[in-house]
Amino acid sequence: MASHATPHVHHPPSGFIRKYIFSTDHKVIGKQYWWLALFSVFVGMALSVLMRFHMAYPDAKVSWFEKLWPTGAEGGVMTPELYLSLMTMHGTIMVFFVLTTAPQAGFGNSFLPIQIGAEDMAFPVLNMLSFWTTLVALIVMCAAFFVEGGAPISGWTAYPPLSGVGEVAGPGLGKGQNLWILSIAIFCGASLMGAINFIATIIDLRAPGMSLMRMPLTCWAWFVTAILSLFGFAVLLAAGILLLLDRTAGSSFFLPAGLVVNDRLLDHRGGSPLLWQHLFWFFGHPEVYIAILPGMGLASNVLSIFARKPIFGYRAMVYAIVGIGFLGFVVWGHHMFISGMSPYTAVAFSVLTMAIGVPSAIKTFNWVGTLWGAQIRFTSPMMYALGFVSLFVTGGISGIFLGQPALDLYLHDTYFVVGHFHMIMGVAAIFGMFAGTSFWFPKMFGKMMNETLNKVHFYLTFIGVYAIFTPMHFIGVAGNPRRYADFKDFEFMKDLMPVHTFMTHAAIFTAVVQVLFFINIFWSMRKGRKATDNPWEATSLEWSVPSPPPFDNFGGKHPRVYHGPYEFAVPGKAKDYQMQHEPD
Amino acid sequence: MLLAPIIWIFAVAIVVVFAAKLWWFPPAISEHGRSYDDQFFITMVVTGVIFFLAQVALGYVIFRFRDRGRRANYTEGNNRLEMLWTAAAAILFIGAVLISTSLWAGVHFAPTSANALKIELMAQQFSWNFRYPGADGKFGRLDIKQINSAGGNPFGIDEKDPAGKDDITSSAIRVPAGRQILLAMRSRDVIHNFFVRELRVKQDIVPGMEIPLRFTAETPGAYEVACSELCGLGHHQMRSTLEVMPPAEFDKWLQAQAQALQAQQQQQ
Amino acid sequence: MPGSLSTEQIQYTPPPPPDGGGDWGDRPGGGARRRASFTALFVLLAAVTMLFAAFTSALVVRRGLGGDWERVPMPGILYWNTLLILASSAWIDIARRALHRGARGSFNRFWTIGTVLGVAFLVGQGIAWSQLRDAGIYMAVNPGSDFFYVFTVAHAAHVLGGIAALAYIEVQALRLRLGPGRRTGVEITSYYWHFLGGLWVYLMILFHFWG
Repeated sequence: MASHATPHVHHPPSGFIRKYIFSTDHKVIGKQYWWLALFSVFVGMALSVLMRFHMAYPDAKVSWFEKLWPTGAEGGVMTPELYLSLMTMHGTIMVFFVLTTAPQAGFGNSFLPIQIGAEDMAFPVLNMLSFWTTLVALIVMCAAFFVEGGAPISGWTAYPPLSGVGEVAGPGLGKGQNLWILSIAIFCGASLMGAINFIATIIDLRAPGMSLMRMPLTCWAWFVTAILSLFGFAVLLAAGILLLLDRTAGSSFFLPAGLVVNDRLLDHRGGSPLLWQHLFWFFGHPEVYIAILPGMGLASNVLSIFARKPIFGYRAMVYAIVGIGFLGFVVWGHHMFISGMSPYTAVAFSVLTMAIGVPSAIKTFNWVGTLWGAQIRFTSPMMYALGFVSLFVTGGISGIFLGQPALDLYLHDTYFVVGHFHMIMGVAAIFGMFAGTSFWFPKMFGKMMNETLNKVHFYLTFIGVYAIFTPMHFIGVAGNPRRYADFKDFEFMKDLMPVHTFMTHAAIFTAVVQVLFFINIFWSMRKGRKATDNPWEATSLEWSVPSPPPFDNFGGKHPRVYHGPYEFAVPGKAKDYQMQHEPD
Repeated sequence: MLLAPIIWIFAVAIVVVFAAKLWWFPPAISEHGRSYDDQFFITMVVTGVIFFLAQVALGYVIFRFRDRGRRANYTEGNNRLEMLWTAAAAILFIGAVLISTSLWAGVHFAPTSANALKIELMAQQFSWNFRYPGADGKFGRLDIKQINSAGGNPFGIDEKDPAGKDDITSSAIRVPAGRQILLAMRSRDVIHNFFVRELRVKQDIVPGMEIPLRFTAETPGAYEVACSELCGLGHHQMRSTLEVMPPAEFDKWLQAQAQALQAQQQQQ
Repeated sequence: MPGSLSTEQIQYTPPPPPDGGGDWGDRPGGGARRRASFTALFVLLAAVTMLFAAFTSALVVRRGLGGDWERVPMPGILYWNTLLILASSAWIDIARRALHRGARGSFNRFWTIGTVLGVAFLVGQGIAWSQLRDAGIYMAVNPGSDFFYVFTVAHAAHVLGGIAALAYIEVQALRLRLGPGRRTGVEITSYYWHFLGGLWVYLMILFHFWG
């Protein structure tokens, strides 16, 4: 008899450990990543509030600073070394453990298999390993706070020689920097495992009828993001290994000869600091697209669903995602215009950088086009998605300044850059995560989030982030350098201090507002209204199964797909939406 | 819907603050600086229009297409429109960068003029050291083993080289107005960055490399130099001054420095 | 009864592709896991290639930087090791084909030979490193030696993983768990192993011309 041998027949796990801790169920693993990101964003946000506080009140005495950091905050005043270490860890934790986990590994693990009609990811055990490896990486990273010398001070970009010469150049550059590199290397391994799983799952485990061009745009985004991860993290791993060898084995990949630090002549041979920058940014630029693409895919998804209208230009959106992914690999030099690399190379990179603005613009036009002629339902996921579009426009526009090397001659390393990347990553991508959480919460936890609370959170946060990050562009134009522990030494900074104070207050306000979202999560998990299978009247496969889904997603059935993912308002149909798995 | 007016208000506010230049560049003091400001202005206008229209359009669709209980328009897109706005974006973005190339070339591909004044810069954690060649017009050889900041030899000028005897070192940089300066930049420890706002020029200084920076300052005055690449604990205190002087005054200053140096050496 | 069709066989026809076209996802009868394994291998090889490409570009840059580059005198044993890993690949591939034919006994023999040769390669690498060490060429002696160790250690780390896979298959084979219908693991491991052999040849060429 012809048997349907399913890719993996696994029985429901039993026991607390197998169900919730060492689970191979992609839904559990996705949640585990999501919790990890939630914890990390809390830490990262706390660090940023401390940083902003110091920017506005550098001489303030805060008694519990001294309790937490006896050497770093003697007398309760934050020292520059403490500030720089908080800044380094803020950037690192946010970029790696928030923006590279939740959008891809968090939501992707939870929903990619279901959206393509599979029972699980291609390699569930590998999936489980990738989460636990990520957790180990986070623990190693946090350990840097507690070792002698504290966390590193070289920024999330860890440029040598500063990051390579060791403690002679400052505290935290000893053990702390080693732990940092080790953590990143472990994280690279975890990401590679995840990338293998995502790519194999999308290519090989789609249900019958789920062609590539019928996948929800979230799946396309996860697909391209996985490819970016694959190549990017492999290079970062290489760079990290070489830096660690420079620091511990006496090699000189990145450290030139003749370095005199604190009047001490170091015995390195001729390495190249620019080599690190090339390797790092070859990873670093795809990394920022890793951070934003899933949010873009989700925004497209959410906008279409709550506009009750097909996404405008599905094919163009796919090409745009692929185009952004591909171009993302050839623009890394725009982080290095001023670095001392050849000015000719800079021109080449800048043309490519401008080119990457084009698919991003296409996506923005198509989002607005989706909303044209729509019947918009203003649910909280929709609000966050709309906010995402506005924030993405604002953040992306400043890229047009920075992509020109001539303008970068002034704007490099000013707050203009800080404003730019925070708008895109620190706000738009985060709004993508708010949208993902509020949209998929019913499916993940079987309960609805409180809509009113989310909407209040949305408005206050939307206003708050504009208030924090838009002024950064203005003070950047005024020449405010970045990564300064304080601005007391410079005349021209005096007029800009009121702006810093304003931004600090906005930051504290916005951070406090996030409590609403945390409360909503925890409260709704317990007391939220029970969710139906398809509370949003959406069309993709995850909404064809109960909330939360059974352990094998489709209850032993094999879905077959008949339609694309955005069949809304189809003329002549009774309902204004057509689910993908229903024949007609 | 409440979001629409909020987006419109932000769009207007941001455009207004930029246009009003509440926090802005300091006045440029060079030809390059003025060209920079022109390019910035062009970019600002182009992006400002795109930014404003995009946000207004977003607000508009949010406002106008609220759910009124009807069916939405079933449309899957419009290829012609896609082509149109893709082409427009490509032309605008790539056009902007191509225009700016001549500005970039002016800084990095410009030839060194015959009467350029060569000044050396040695950046270190956390101070700036500038060196002038002195009356003989030659810079003395450097020997890193002889670097001694506390002893007044931050460059490590080789004692044995006679050409180095008259080299003038200073922690601030003074230049004559209207004359091209060739600043030969080195760092002795980590990456630093030389930045003067009024010049509209910024350049990383990478250990192991000698990086030239050419500029011509025209307006006399004192301008702050701010390190612009994270270099450690004192990154925020690495400050110096660029003083632009009328040529006659500059010559007088240089002579005075040379005489003071001679006097100091005779005393030893 | 052999040779006659059962009712189910007569009635079974694969369902037609759903309208709207597009690829088949999971075809009935499974096979998705096998295809996914090959995709995964391809992706893994892409990542490993990228890692060594990054190291290579670092080598090229560093070499172009200045006069302190010194060639590492290659211990002669490296050439023997090259033969070892290539021979190992050959036997592994012969084994793979034997399994495809169903010749389980031959498969076991050839796979064992291949595995032993692979271990011999690793031992040979260890000897090469100790020879270099005895000649005074450590990690941080000059840039050339830095890169030599980085490349060979990175390659050896991947070989170690490969040997773990070879050993696992060996155990499965000895327990007679493998056959023409259960050969995906064998194929994946073989191709990974061949890739490492090819990578080693690339490294030898790299050292020869740019070492």
